[in-house]
Amino acid sequence: MSTAVPPVPSDETSDRPTAPGDATLVLGEAEIGRALTRIAHEILERNKGGQDLVLLGIPTRGVPLAHRLAARIADVEPGLDPVGLVGSLDVTMYRDDLHRHPTRAIGTTQVPGGVDGKVVVLVDDVLFSGRTIRAALDAVSDLGRPRAVQLAALVDRGHRELPIRADFVGKNLPTSHTERVRVLLSESDGRDAVLIEGATA
Amino acid sequence: MTTYLLRDVAPLGGERTDLLLADGVIAAIGPDLAAPADAVVVDGAGLVALPGLVDLHTHLREPGREDAETVASGTRAAALGGFTAVHAMANTTPTQDTAGVVEQVWRLGREAGWVDVFPVGAVTVGLAGERLAELGAMAESAARVRVFSDDGRCVHDPVVMRRALEYVKAFDGVVAQHAQEPRLTEGSQMHEGVVSAELGLAGWPAVAEEAIVARDVLLAEHVGSRLHVCHLSTAGSVEIVRWAKSRGIDVTAEVTPHHLVLTDELARGYDPLFKVNPPLRTQADVDAVRDGLADGTIDIVATDHAPHPREDKDCEWAAAAFGMTGLETALSVVQETMVDTGRMTWADVARVLSSAPARIGRVDDRHGRPIAVGEPANLTLVDPAARRVVDPAAQATKSVNSPFRGRELAGRVVATFLRGRATVLDGAPCDEPAAAR
Amino acid sequence: MKHLLSAGDLTRDEAVLVLDTAAQMAATQARENKKLPTLRGRTVVNLFFEDSTRTRISFETAAKRLSADVINFSAKGSSVSKGESLKDTALTLQAMGADAVVIRHWASGASHTLASSGWTHGAVVNAGDGTHQHPTQALLDAYTLRRHLVGEGGRVDPAGRDLEGRHVAIVGDVLHSRVARSNVQLLHTLGAHVTLVAPPTLVPVGVEAWPCDVSYRLDEVIGDGQPDAIMMLRVQRERMSSAGGGFFPSPLEYTRGYGLDARRIAALPEHAIVLHPGPMNRGLEISADAADSERAVIVEQVANGVAVRMAVLYLLLAGDQTSASSSNRSAE
Repeated sequence: MSTAVPPVPSDETSDRPTAPGDATLVLGEAEIGRALTRIAHEILERNKGGQDLVLLGIPTRGVPLAHRLAARIADVEPGLDPVGLVGSLDVTMYRDDLHRHPTRAIGTTQVPGGVDGKVVVLVDDVLFSGRTIRAALDAVSDLGRPRAVQLAALVDRGHRELPIRADFVGKNLPTSHTERVRVLLSESDGRDAVLIEGATA
Repeated sequence: MTTYLLRDVAPLGGERTDLLLADGVIAAIGPDLAAPADAVVVDGAGLVALPGLVDLHTHLREPGREDAETVASGTRAAALGGFTAVHAMANTTPTQDTAGVVEQVWRLGREAGWVDVFPVGAVTVGLAGERLAELGAMAESAARVRVFSDDGRCVHDPVVMRRALEYVKAFDGVVAQHAQEPRLTEGSQMHEGVVSAELGLAGWPAVAEEAIVARDVLLAEHVGSRLHVCHLSTAGSVEIVRWAKSRGIDVTAEVTPHHLVLTDELARGYDPLFKVNPPLRTQADVDAVRDGLADGTIDIVATDHAPHPREDKDCEWAAAAFGMTGLETALSVVQETMVDTGRMTWADVARVLSSAPARIGRVDDRHGRPIAVGEPANLTLVDPAARRVVDPAAQATKSVNSPFRGRELAGRVVATFLRGRATVLDGAPCDEPAAAR
Repeated sequence: MKHLLSAGDLTRDEAVLVLDTAAQMAATQARENKKLPTLRGRTVVNLFFEDSTRTRISFETAAKRLSADVINFSAKGSSVSKGESLKDTALTLQAMGADAVVIRHWASGASHTLASSGWTHGAVVNAGDGTHQHPTQALLDAYTLRRHLVGEGGRVDPAGRDLEGRHVAIVGDVLHSRVARSNVQLLHTLGAHVTLVAPPTLVPVGVEAWPCDVSYRLDEVIGDGQPDAIMMLRVQRERMSSAGGGFFPSPLEYTRGYGLDARRIAALPEHAIVLHPGPMNRGLEISADAADSERAVIVEQVANGVAVRMAVLYLLLAGDQTSASSSNRSAE
């Protein structure tokens, strides 16, 4: 166990080194904003409003994304309180690959008002193998019995290893396995960007 | 008997000369001696010759614990360590508290033939500390016991100790006390101090040794007897003995090689290799016993060689036995701590490891003699420049509980002669095939 | 972190990580379904050479809540009769494939011996070795202290914080207490100030080297020191008899001088809490009033113990144990 709190790695498990300066900007700040706005509307449209809705962000970067979506939803839909609309769901303890990585710190799970009977929208930054979402489904079912579970991902980069698909996607990004997708958000990284690194081996 | 010509050795580290050993005695000393036809020549270049070492405190474990050591294996180890005589402590099973048992041990020593074994007689029956054993019978026996000790246990009853001190005067015997106040050391595991407090191990306070030493020197003074104190380990004990000697009290004291160099810090890590009685103490105590040895307050070095079978050390500290082996490393430790640091000469080493222990044990008619023509040829040749890493598995002692395991030590015993017969040559015991030499 | 043998082995950051992880575990224990799949397929062995139903159950619960398999091994054998040797027992368990061995033993240093022996390949968790250390107890005590003194009883999230500036008094038989040794070290590491209070016979020679104060007078420590928390240690009645060491003259004299009662509780600052590792001798080191007072968090300590032990098992077992990045600090 290292002395500093280990950062929670993102979904992809690539340990190949990325060449410096090899990063390509795929989505900039404005594009991310537009995608989130569109997703917010799609969520409302699909669920016919914001009743019984709760957005659960998967730490780390799924959480600020969930908050942004909640803010946009509350802006558009009258009578919705953004605070009661959003929470976080840590899935570390449900992962199936824990022993292949250094020990991960556990993030916070905070669900306003429980999940029973609600429509839970999981929010994550990148959808890749689908294993994080499988763990999230287990985590949600231990919290209660939602009416439905949907998935919103800012980026879908393909290469699914399980039968899981996103209901709402910001951008579909075909990638090769050797590439790394990095999402930066102003809340944690100072700016908004989606980058692809390590294009060629 | 083979005649040996030791060429170019330095007796007590002095001028180089030749020694001729024939018919059990030192037949001639001088430069460039003529080699008799059948003599075996030993090249002594670089070697120091010492009188055969005498250990006043060894545990040979036989009878009773032959799984740890036997008289044969222990004395073979002693010869490799440069010894020609050892005093075998009485805490065997059955206890060496009768003429019969001491004679048995004495005979086993003669049959093995590696060193002269002088059994130590128990002070009290069964080491129980209650009533005197038949000290007179042991003194009169073939073993001619002169040293009496309940070592392993303390003769803690002041009346019993007084009686013992008085009684042995009749045959010029000496009581060798293992100074450990039993009530203050119930359940003790290591030296009581900063380290024991942190490790949660019951402490063995220095005062438990010092209180008994102080009492015993005063008793010896009062009844006009001589006293020997085993394995002195604390600075306070050294001061008490120094004070007693200044008053003219007839007390002698010994220190072990491990107490000359190891401290209680080694208990961190809970390796029972470092568990011993009396325990390893602080650096201040190590410094004090070195000072005491250098200035003569402590008369001798004695190994307290205490072999234990593997299972008695391969466990948690509290379950482990107390004790360390030492016959094969003693001379090296003394050389490293005292000679190589300039505090003692080889002549001093001969005193503390040969002549003084022989005198205390009253075997100085045969051992610890000067290196002179006509004297019994009990000799040790040591190479001070050699360096060796201690490997317990390769030692002659049956047990592997050496605290110097893996440590590089200075000096190596090259040859040992018992009354003119080589027990060790070229650093190897003389029961190995002649082809090896 | 490969083993947890001693509270003194933890750095401040490591200790805070354990506390923060315990908080996350505690949150899951508030749910109806308390079980997590995290350590599924792992085997945890409880190797108890000393009777302790409470600690064993706590570790067993922690392991099972993480879906680990638990094997309980209760070895007979005391300081009088050695019983089956530690080595042989450990080798047997290793043959059964233990990922972690939780060991409680009557001999100080037993967990160190086990961890350094090579008899077992799993993680070693010291559940109490002789009078030496009880690191998970100190961790659950620190967790409880932080929850109340920094977290205001749950109103504030104390994640990432330590116990800087808090004053804790530890009262009782320090000489024989592994709980005291572990707590002194851990509380110091977390920035707290510790005062040990005991009769002189129950304070070890060598305590001067410890990072804490020592006092023989409980009322002064309470009155002048105004500690934020007071931790009462269990005192064994047997120690009063001459056979037990004759450490103090009578139970009544001990209670008068060092027992926590309603009067002494009233003299504590209002926010101060009372801890006890258990089991309690009601009427000896702690009166019934004190034990049942609203300041006492003794029952909560037990619940926190499960969360803390879940955190320890998670941190030792969940990650990759072979890569350098996870085991770059062994406890030795």
